[in-house]
Amino acid sequence: MSNVSVLYDAPGPRTVTRHRLYTVLTSVALLAAVAFAVWRLWETGQLAGEKWEFAVTPRYIEAILVDGLLKTLQMAALAIVAAVVFGLVFGIGKLSEHRPIRWVCWVVVEFFRAVPVLMLMILGFFAIFGSMDNVSSRAYWSVVLALMLYNGSVLAEVFRAGVLAVPKGQGEAAYAIGMRKTQVMGQVLLPQGVKIMIPAIISQCVVALKDTSLGYYILAPGLTYLVKPLYQSFNNHVAVIVVIGGIYVLVNLLLTWLATWVQRRFVGEKKVLEVSNLAAVGGGAPV
Amino acid sequence: MQVIIDNFDVVLKAFAYTIALFLSSGLVALVLGTILVAMRVGPVAVMRKASAVYVTLVRNTPLLIVLMFMAIAAPKIGINFRWLDVQIGELSFTSFFGAAFIGLALYTSTFVCEALRSGVNAVPLGQAEAARAIGLPFGGVMTQVVLPQAVRASVPPLASTMIALLKNTSVAAVFGVAEAVSRMRALTNNNASDRWEIFIVFALGYIILVELISAIAIFLERRWRVA
Repeated sequence: MSNVSVLYDAPGPRTVTRHRLYTVLTSVALLAAVAFAVWRLWETGQLAGEKWEFAVTPRYIEAILVDGLLKTLQMAALAIVAAVVFGLVFGIGKLSEHRPIRWVCWVVVEFFRAVPVLMLMILGFFAIFGSMDNVSSRAYWSVVLALMLYNGSVLAEVFRAGVLAVPKGQGEAAYAIGMRKTQVMGQVLLPQGVKIMIPAIISQCVVALKDTSLGYYILAPGLTYLVKPLYQSFNNHVAVIVVIGGIYVLVNLLLTWLATWVQRRFVGEKKVLEVSNLAAVGGGAPV
Repeated sequence: MQVIIDNFDVVLKAFAYTIALFLSSGLVALVLGTILVAMRVGPVAVMRKASAVYVTLVRNTPLLIVLMFMAIAAPKIGINFRWLDVQIGELSFTSFFGAAFIGLALYTSTFVCEALRSGVNAVPLGQAEAARAIGLPFGGVMTQVVLPQAVRASVPPLASTMIALLKNTSVAAVFGVAEAVSRMRALTNNNASDRWEIFIVFALGYIILVELISAIAIFLERRWRVA
């Protein structure tokens, strides 16, 4: 039912009036909410020009883009590339014909999907990279590692589902012309599966990007790292959080748009692999 | 292992906070998400747009930023939870808890909305048509025919959303709620030699809770399966 209007009839004259009433009431309520917010902001002096000035000052713009956005994107990109490798290994491992390999891969994937990313970051910071001297890069690699493990295990499910989505006859035909197992996987199943996986991988980029913000807890570099020093020097908590949050939203919308475009251009109307719907157990819904 | 045995009450109390956050914000998120999805598929254009804008904006904002807004920015404009001070047994619920609870509920409601919307899309077209044919208005179509079935169809994505919420409660640690991850960090700090044991114990706690939610979801899915 992508066509929503099937839920209701074309309205008659009385319904039209009623809908008009709802429209007016909703609009009034929304306007009231906005007005209340603006009034509170005004009353408490958060709208004052100097509190928002940092967002148009070149020095701070540069800091936000270079120390903030660039680091965040770097961490997210590194984590996703590593997660794709991790996902490929364990996703295909879960399809293995050897029971021990299958079980090990299953345990690893389920474990990292069930544990909060923040917990993995703390483990990385205190235990795995605990011996690193440079605290900033220690936090940086902890974030990357945690995101790799979590997103990798979600992607493992995506890869598995993608390979399974290729019609069975393809693999059988490949075996019939004498290909070996690795060839069947590498030359027949994966290339076709990848096509339907790409939008899911891009959606996972959104998740990874959002989760880089958690690095705040271990003082990792990135956009959220800037929040505290900024509001401490300008006493503009609202402005800083709105601006930094806005940057995240903007980048994520671009990524979502990219995923939709890739879907339309390369995959067509085929059903999208919904990451969040792959399995209830261990749930892969965006964090 | 001694650390864990000595501090087992701390571990239990930490998970009690996690569960309290999960249950309270989960409940509110389910209610809010249902309202959002009704607005989103409804006939009133303004409601549809408002709901869509809200869902898109909040979904694409990191949860940390949402909680930051509730805990750091909102008090600056006079919206705070300082009045909140409830003591239930060993647990005390204060302004930190209030901010985390509202933030988590607002954030999760958008995912609930999307999960339910996928369920609405799964209801066969003819059902809605039949409901309209017997003269039900939009409210009737939704509450009597579409939503009950949509809820069944959205059990798997809703379960994923709830599991994500459970894991997301950990973000409250950053803003002063003494739940599992915050306790784990404190314990790790004080007992450097037992980091891995501490980690494994807390991970097991989460895994048990996640498996519990999945079990409930699987039970509901079987029970509500439409022939």
